[in-house]
Amino acid sequence: MTDAATILSIRDLHTHFPVRGGIVKAVDGVSFDLARGKTVCVVGESGSGKSVTARSILQIVDPPGRVVTGSIVFNRANGTSVDLAALNPRGREIRSVRGAEIAMIFQEPMSSLSPVHTIGNQITEVLRLHLRMGKKEATDRAVDLLRAVEIPNPERAIERYTFEYSGGMRQRAMIAMALACNPQVLIADEPTTALDVTTQAEILDLMKRLQSERGMAVMFITHDMGVVAEIADEVVVMYQGKVVERGPVEQIFHAPQDPYTQMLLGNVLKLERPSAIRAVRAPLPAEEPPLLDVRGLKMHFPIRKGFFKRIVDHVKAVDDVDIVVRAGETLGIVGESGSGKTTLGRCLLRVYEPTAGQILYRRTDGSITDVAALEPDRLRECRREMRMIFQDPFASLNPRMTVGQIIGEPLLVNGLAEGSALHDRVAELLKRVGLNPDWAERYPHAFSGGQRQRIGIARALALSPRLIVADEATSALDVSLRAQMLDLMLQLQDELKLAYVFVSHDISVIRYICDRVAVMYRGKVVETGEAEQVCNDPVHGYTKALLSAVPRPDPRERRIHTRHRYVSDAA
Amino acid sequence: MLGFIIKRLLWMVPSLFAVSFLAFVLIQLPPGDYVTTYIATLAASNEIVDRTAAAELRARFGLDQPFIVQYLKWISGIVLRGDFGLSFEWQQPVSELIWERMALTLVVTSSTLLMTWAIAFPIGVFTAVRQYSIGDYFFTFLGFLGLAIPSFLLALVLMYVAVVLFGADVGGLFSPEYQTAPWSWGKVLNLIEHLWVPVLILATNGTASLIRIMRANMLDELHRPYVTTARAKGLSEFRLLLKYPVRVAINPFISTIGWLLPNLISGALIVAVVLSLPIAGPLLLQSLMSQDMYLAGAFVLLMCTLTLVGTLLSDILLALVDPRIRFD
Repeated sequence: MTDAATILSIRDLHTHFPVRGGIVKAVDGVSFDLARGKTVCVVGESGSGKSVTARSILQIVDPPGRVVTGSIVFNRANGTSVDLAALNPRGREIRSVRGAEIAMIFQEPMSSLSPVHTIGNQITEVLRLHLRMGKKEATDRAVDLLRAVEIPNPERAIERYTFEYSGGMRQRAMIAMALACNPQVLIADEPTTALDVTTQAEILDLMKRLQSERGMAVMFITHDMGVVAEIADEVVVMYQGKVVERGPVEQIFHAPQDPYTQMLLGNVLKLERPSAIRAVRAPLPAEEPPLLDVRGLKMHFPIRKGFFKRIVDHVKAVDDVDIVVRAGETLGIVGESGSGKTTLGRCLLRVYEPTAGQILYRRTDGSITDVAALEPDRLRECRREMRMIFQDPFASLNPRMTVGQIIGEPLLVNGLAEGSALHDRVAELLKRVGLNPDWAERYPHAFSGGQRQRIGIARALALSPRLIVADEATSALDVSLRAQMLDLMLQLQDELKLAYVFVSHDISVIRYICDRVAVMYRGKVVETGEAEQVCNDPVHGYTKALLSAVPRPDPRERRIHTRHRYVSDAA
Repeated sequence: MLGFIIKRLLWMVPSLFAVSFLAFVLIQLPPGDYVTTYIATLAASNEIVDRTAAAELRARFGLDQPFIVQYLKWISGIVLRGDFGLSFEWQQPVSELIWERMALTLVVTSSTLLMTWAIAFPIGVFTAVRQYSIGDYFFTFLGFLGLAIPSFLLALVLMYVAVVLFGADVGGLFSPEYQTAPWSWGKVLNLIEHLWVPVLILATNGTASLIRIMRANMLDELHRPYVTTARAKGLSEFRLLLKYPVRVAINPFISTIGWLLPNLISGALIVAVVLSLPIAGPLLLQSLMSQDMYLAGAFVLLMCTLTLVGTLLSDILLALVDPRIRFD
């Protein structure tokens, strides 16, 4: 079935990891083809084996994993073919393919590049290795490559180190490195996952352009169905090491056959609309005074320089922000990395001491206190009613405490419950977030990411708060869990009359859960409004740019390449 | 970078004063003073020194003055004239006594340092890359064996073996004919001939910990994404190892200079006594036992200075090697 256009043909690939007590079949009988000039997207949730498949092609699977059986036939332009799976992983033959004929780019551009070598050094290395270029020639070519990936000032940029680059720049440098020897196949392992949506859009643009210029085959690994719809010609859906479905992008999105694909798409499409739970709610009483009224909040971090560490300037992380949160509503704070949204969330609970401004909080008795100016004792009292949920469900739970201890800790330190009363309350909280109360004795490592985030929510609920600040609470979760978690939060909101401040970079999550949205850009709120209105008909130029950079999970609606671009007045 | 060095040098000034004061306090801490010890030594040979004679001695050595005055006299002598005072026991200026010994100490120390690195570095890399292989267990065992054997024991065994099997005298750093001779090429060659024994003994003792440090660092770095990137570029395994993970893992190695320098001076003490090496350790021990305070003070001060210099040196090297620190 291989025709002339097929450049890479993977048949019945098995990659196994021998572990204590058995074998993990990370890749379990995978077959698909890559064609010249076409893009194949491999999608799947975490642990589906998509990354290991990519690494198996170049035989760079981390030990103890190795390719057990199967063939990976690579058809060169000159008519010769080679089975990569049959080559010695350390041999000369496979090494001459790596980086020269098949190149790879990785997810985390920061950790995937060496921190102690200059960008130029890391690019010229490939050129000198495969093309036997001299130092001068290689440097000139590296400059050309950096120019091709639109890095400004390439002559100076090659002298720089990765930590001097922004995330998007690093990924561009990575692409330049991968393209150095004009490879025929480019394997991209979640290259845009760690980037902001506007940066992601730029990188996807760039890859598209370079692909059509060079006629490369691209294997693009991602978990983001939006990106798939935007760039794929063909889609391979993976689940637990197996390909459950593959076909043209149109067919996968509009006529999926496999139940797993249908479930995956269902979850993605569910997040394209506001939650069903919110649709049946009665509207909030409009005239009720706000629960939280933030006025002119500023958080400036000093930049110190020079011999005496004098303050030379300030980073205005939050700069004159006014927001209002009403009881029982969800306010979304959306923005890209560095916009100050997380800092704002932390200021609300006074994790950071705000530089200026008021945080007026209405207590249950109707009195109003300024959280920004409270003395420590009263602040502690207020913080019982304002809790936080964190992004990383792994790092935010102490691995040496049982789940019962983690959830009970706020009750214990505030002297609100102990002994059997504490035990009962923990059991009730666990039940509330959909976990088995008998699990209180277990440690966090026994739980999956989604379950851990539920534990985080239970801990936040322990003190019966009125306001919860959720900082990217669903970003670390797979899309199928994301909707579940958001539904749980909405359900709890109905039951407990909670108000949420939901900090996120993900527009679909914001649209799903939020009543109102504040869009942040460089420390300022540029637009506030009803979620529907902001998401469908934004007013501010930045919001327009942000929204148009979000890929839609529908291949008939490709729009990233025609997106709206925002140029700041300040820039 | 230059600003960093200048700043660190300026910081050294108050630190040095602080350690010099501490050094002086330390050597004053044992009860009594040099005169007490002196009298006790004389008493052991049935000579009685009367009180007036003792008071006279104290006045002559300036030991009757308040502590702070003694300190100020001592430190101002060092700072202004490079005068470290007079050794009571040797009746010679301290500076004359210590310079040659310090120089020889540095020779022994730095050769040991180089030897330790030369052994520990490749073994550390090897045991990390081949983790849990037979080679890993073999070298780890060897390293721990070196750590576990007391160095004085090793010194005694080596001396015994050298004398009995080869008929060579391996004690000291020079053969008798060069002991008091002025410096010449012959003396240098003679030094090198004698140097390998103490260096081998001291290095055996120090390599195990360095091997473990290097191994642990390498294991941390080996599975970093940038190593996979380098592999995906098509580099050979050997080149890739040396260029990437080793380059990053070497940083803690450089930091070891800071504490290895002073450690080697005091650490070499027992070996130096056993092998009768003319380096700082034995003289320091002797001066402490006889409460020869200016001599002991000078040594303690020099060791503290070496610690500070070593730390500075390793910080500068680290900044040179690791751009992340340089740009901070």
